[in-house]
Amino acid sequence: MNTAAREMLAISGLQVAVEGKIILNSIDLKVRAGELHAIMGPNGSGKSTFAQVLAGRETYEVLQGSAHFLDQDLLDLSPEERARLGLFLAFQYPVEIPGVSNIYFLKTALNAVRRHQGLDELDAMDFISLVRGKLAAMQMNEDLLYRSVNEGFSGGEKKRNEILQMMVLEPVLTILDETDSGLDIDALKVVADGVNSMRSPERAFIVVTHYQRLLNYIEPDYVHVLSAGRIARSGGPELAIELEQRGYGWIEQGEGAVQ
Amino acid sequence: MTAGHASYAEDFRTVQATLPGAGVPWLQQLRTNAMESFLDSGFPTTRTEDWKYTDLRSLTRRHYRPAARPQPANCAVPADPWWQDELQHRLVFIDGYFVPELCPPGPLLSGVTLTGLARVLEEQPDLLEHRLGRNTDLEQPGFNAFNTLFMRDGAYISLGDGAVLDQPVHLLFVSTGTDASLRPVRNIIVAGPDSHATVIESYVALNDAAGLTSAVTEISLETGAHIEHYKLEEESASASHIAGIYVTQDRDSRFDSHNIALGGQLVRNDLQVALNGPGAATTLNGLTVTRGRQHVDNHTRVDHNEPQARSDEWYRGILDDRSRAVFNGRIVVHPDAQQTVSHQHNHNLLLSGDAEADAKPQLEIHANDVQCTHGCTVGQLDEEALFYFRSRGVDATTARNFLVYAFAADVLERIRIRPVRRMLERRLAGRFMETEALDFLRDRLSG
Repeated sequence: MNTAAREMLAISGLQVAVEGKIILNSIDLKVRAGELHAIMGPNGSGKSTFAQVLAGRETYEVLQGSAHFLDQDLLDLSPEERARLGLFLAFQYPVEIPGVSNIYFLKTALNAVRRHQGLDELDAMDFISLVRGKLAAMQMNEDLLYRSVNEGFSGGEKKRNEILQMMVLEPVLTILDETDSGLDIDALKVVADGVNSMRSPERAFIVVTHYQRLLNYIEPDYVHVLSAGRIARSGGPELAIELEQRGYGWIEQGEGAVQ
Repeated sequence: MTAGHASYAEDFRTVQATLPGAGVPWLQQLRTNAMESFLDSGFPTTRTEDWKYTDLRSLTRRHYRPAARPQPANCAVPADPWWQDELQHRLVFIDGYFVPELCPPGPLLSGVTLTGLARVLEEQPDLLEHRLGRNTDLEQPGFNAFNTLFMRDGAYISLGDGAVLDQPVHLLFVSTGTDASLRPVRNIIVAGPDSHATVIESYVALNDAAGLTSAVTEISLETGAHIEHYKLEEESASASHIAGIYVTQDRDSRFDSHNIALGGQLVRNDLQVALNGPGAATTLNGLTVTRGRQHVDNHTRVDHNEPQARSDEWYRGILDDRSRAVFNGRIVVHPDAQQTVSHQHNHNLLLSGDAEADAKPQLEIHANDVQCTHGCTVGQLDEEALFYFRSRGVDATTARNFLVYAFAADVLERIRIRPVRRMLERRLAGRFMETEALDFLRDRLSG
């Protein structure tokens, strides 16, 4: 790894509760530009909470610890400020918004980000030519642009739509929250290709997943295992393969020391 | 009976001789019956089940007097109106009086009569003998009888057998009076067999005066007729507006209603449809947008009297501040009305913790082979959707505006008349949105 790469995300001693119940406990994580980290763990281990807290979900309460994104105090920023700085969460359950067309949603989001970056806003014509190529890459039908956001989309279409948004917004840090859940193998490959096409020395990814399957297509640099709200183990890609073979039980039972 | 009712009886006696068709016996009889009914029941109170949620004391405390015929100098229509020059057939009414001088000279149409009701009452009262009051029920407490007492003008639209109007007819009712003005309006629409027309009944104000509009529209659809009816209520913020739309439908006729309430302090709409023939279909579309201390009450009733008819109802309310909206949707499927299809939806969005929506579906089903559903919600903006927007870089205010607009989209999408839809989009934009959203509207309109 390139240790000279700039630090993108630095999390230290993060403790998070929802409705008074502690979900995450002393999480430490550093992510540098160019890296891809996989966060794995059994159901209920706090993976999705972790993803949502990074995006700024207000239903979670940060009790302790710190998080810095591009040297700014992440916890001080609103969700929209985080997004404009280049943080993107691909939702596990993308939200349906009846009455708002997908294309307008995307264009509004992109222009909000561009304004923040001091760039001109794109008009409808420029936007459509920008989005068309990305739509083809995601093997999405153009009519999905003109439908209400995610409304009536199949599970696979919703997940592709998340990746399409990522490709349009070009974030520097992308968090994929169980993007593989509910995808068949063909859709999984399309999603993985979309993610891989965005990998670069300037960008970083955090891939939250229950299964190792996705990591066959999106190769991680680091793998962390969350268990009961803590990072119970960290390692390289081989850790994911070990988890696939042995399951999560041995980690939950505390076998092997935390690094 | 209260002193208030008696003084309206006095008012009636004063103006009686000046009302159009005063010498026509059947009309005199109709008014006598209305007087008896009104003196007997007066205005409804919250003790009347159908008026439980609408307190009329602000209206009954005042005394309204029939507005005087407007002076020609005072006859004006709003500057820069939303319809621009897109609606060709227009009948203009100032404080309830038909003012032909303000109407654009529409093209002549064969088989179609478009004129003021007062003219018909004066010149051809026979045309109305079996029409006027046919669809309304004077026994109901209050406003129908009140309207029948004081009615003097309104629109008369008659479509002959197979007559088709390509362009909408715009009935423009302009309020210019004082706080004490009573503006009675009576509209009669008769759609002959297989005729088709779109009628836009719109109410606007040129000042902030309170005043009372009492409007009754009777619509009869004969076999195979199709009427698309818009009611766009934009009265002044302190006005009272009490309206009834009474519809009868024969076999295979189709009635599409769009009932939009934006203005007024106290607004009530009674919309009643009787499906009297197999194959009749009715669609009731409604949007109420309130703020301040506005109160809007929509009472709809659909009677399935014959088999194989269909009714679909979509009503939405967007309520801000301390405003209140009432929706009461009654569907009665009578014993013979087998194979009825009836769906009712009512959704309310509360933008403030002090706003209140009272929603009451009422299904009475006396037949056994029917498909009837209803759904009703009262809720706030979807937090998940708000977060989704924000997680993509869109600020919270813009996100909120989008979601409010999106809530109304379901109703807007069913509005076919372009200037009407454009007007509504602008009203919503003006109330809930900023520049970004206007861009959104332009996109939608060009799409």
